[in-house]
Amino acid sequence: MQLHALRALLQGLLLHPRAKLWVAVLCALPGVYLVYGAFTESLGVNPAETLIRQSGDLTIRALCYVLLVTPLKDLLKMPALLRHRRTLGLAVLAYAFLHLLCYAWLDMGLEFDDIVKDILKRPFIFVGMAGFALLASLGATSFNAAIKAMGPKRWKTLHQTVYLVAALAVLHFYWMRAGKHRFDDVIFYGAILALLLFYRLVQALRQKMSRSA
Amino acid sequence: MSFLIPKASRQDSIKSAGVVPSDITSERIYLKRRDLVAAMAAGLGGVGLASWASREAWAQTPAGSGKLAPLKSQASKVPGAVVMEKTTPYADASSYNNFYEFGTDKSDPAKNAHTLQTSPWSVSIEGAVKKPMRVGLEDLLKWSAMEDRIYRMRCVEGWSMVIPWVGYSLAELIKRVEPLGSAKYVSFVSQADPKTMPFVGSAILDWPYTEGLRMDEAMHPLTLLTFGMYGEVLPNQSGAPVRLVVPWKYGFKSAKSIVKIVFSDKQPPTAWNKAAANEYGFYSNVNPNVDHPRWSQATERRLGEDGLFAKRRKTLMFNGYEEQVASLYAGMDLKKNF
Repeated sequence: MQLHALRALLQGLLLHPRAKLWVAVLCALPGVYLVYGAFTESLGVNPAETLIRQSGDLTIRALCYVLLVTPLKDLLKMPALLRHRRTLGLAVLAYAFLHLLCYAWLDMGLEFDDIVKDILKRPFIFVGMAGFALLASLGATSFNAAIKAMGPKRWKTLHQTVYLVAALAVLHFYWMRAGKHRFDDVIFYGAILALLLFYRLVQALRQKMSRSA
Repeated sequence: MSFLIPKASRQDSIKSAGVVPSDITSERIYLKRRDLVAAMAAGLGGVGLASWASREAWAQTPAGSGKLAPLKSQASKVPGAVVMEKTTPYADASSYNNFYEFGTDKSDPAKNAHTLQTSPWSVSIEGAVKKPMRVGLEDLLKWSAMEDRIYRMRCVEGWSMVIPWVGYSLAELIKRVEPLGSAKYVSFVSQADPKTMPFVGSAILDWPYTEGLRMDEAMHPLTLLTFGMYGEVLPNQSGAPVRLVVPWKYGFKSAKSIVKIVFSDKQPPTAWNKAAANEYGFYSNVNPNVDHPRWSQATERRLGEDGLFAKRRKTLMFNGYEEQVASLYAGMDLKKNF
């Protein structure tokens, strides 16, 4: 009974007219906290390093959350969750942009030529940048008119490449850590994202089988 | 918005944090200078003495923890021993460390290294020497006069500090144990006690941490057998009670908490080189022209000094010790022997 009430409450919250705004605010909080830390000098001895690493961490975490939406919707039988997928997706893009900005500004001094050289020279930067470019294309086509213009089928195919973004993100993270043999959180996020992809693949296979049956 | 301003121009906040920004003037030089100025002031009938007194706080050995035992030292006559740059605040130098035996985050060693047992401590000197021996720390401390050395310290990760070390040239130790003609290399083995060093045994590196130098590098007067920093004994997280400091090489070449020194005829395997040979060479001299595979080494960020948005400063060849050490590598291809 109680579980039922909890479900109803959650459903109500998700469908609340202001809910999208609140989800956006929640998504922004850790980023605001990080930037606030930079202004108040509470990011430790090497704030540039903290900013670059934390913004990267936030990106991959946001990516886990957005990819969790569909499985969670199935599991809880709560389609209202889908209302918030776009907000979470844009949060991934925002954090990825913050990460890129921190790298470009703090590590590269916004020297355009140096950044281009760095991208071409270093596979882990290239992979990160490729992931960002793809993510940006998803962000640019995230509004309803884009779905209409592209047609739902093509739009869906494009937006399924978010799993490619996830793979690039994990590879970027893995290469960053490779020299220091510290793979604990690479494995953690990699496993979560792999599990989420696995779920979607199984679902897709099931649908195909039930259609052909 | 204060982080937009280089920290050097924020004296007030630094002072209030209990750190004196004079820092590049050793006490000895300062004392001499004070005598001179006092004499001048006396000659002028005391004019200016009052203002001098107010400057007193400006010229002292940069403040340490205030809790660790002081370590007496004298000015060094070694060329390049004192770099004229602002020293890194002790709080930064003692809280941002790579000492993987105590954890992989920079803040881990300061949190975890209190378990390190530094007393009793002895160092075993072995291999191609006439006088192999095990020497207790008490004796090792007396083998030569302690000197002040203010060195740049450049990490392979692209950040740097300026640290006032206390110690004596490793050459003093080497001369005492009389290496044989076959001794071409020296390796330094760090303490590896899983009971007191929680991350010994983790898969990151082969333990114990081992580093090495070519004999001529080890004999170079700038290579410092180090017992203290900021006028005190080393804090555990910085490699107490005895470590190496090789200022023209990336930081990881300077082994911490040394328990064994081995002389040999072959180049010894070293920790990071074994872990990732393509990223960390045996020499690992600071070299702005040889990039790390994952980042450029052309620039660095000086911690505790440069503001967040300050442009990274140019990394100097051999970390600024080119004049002193370049001859060691004459004719060598430093791109190959990175």
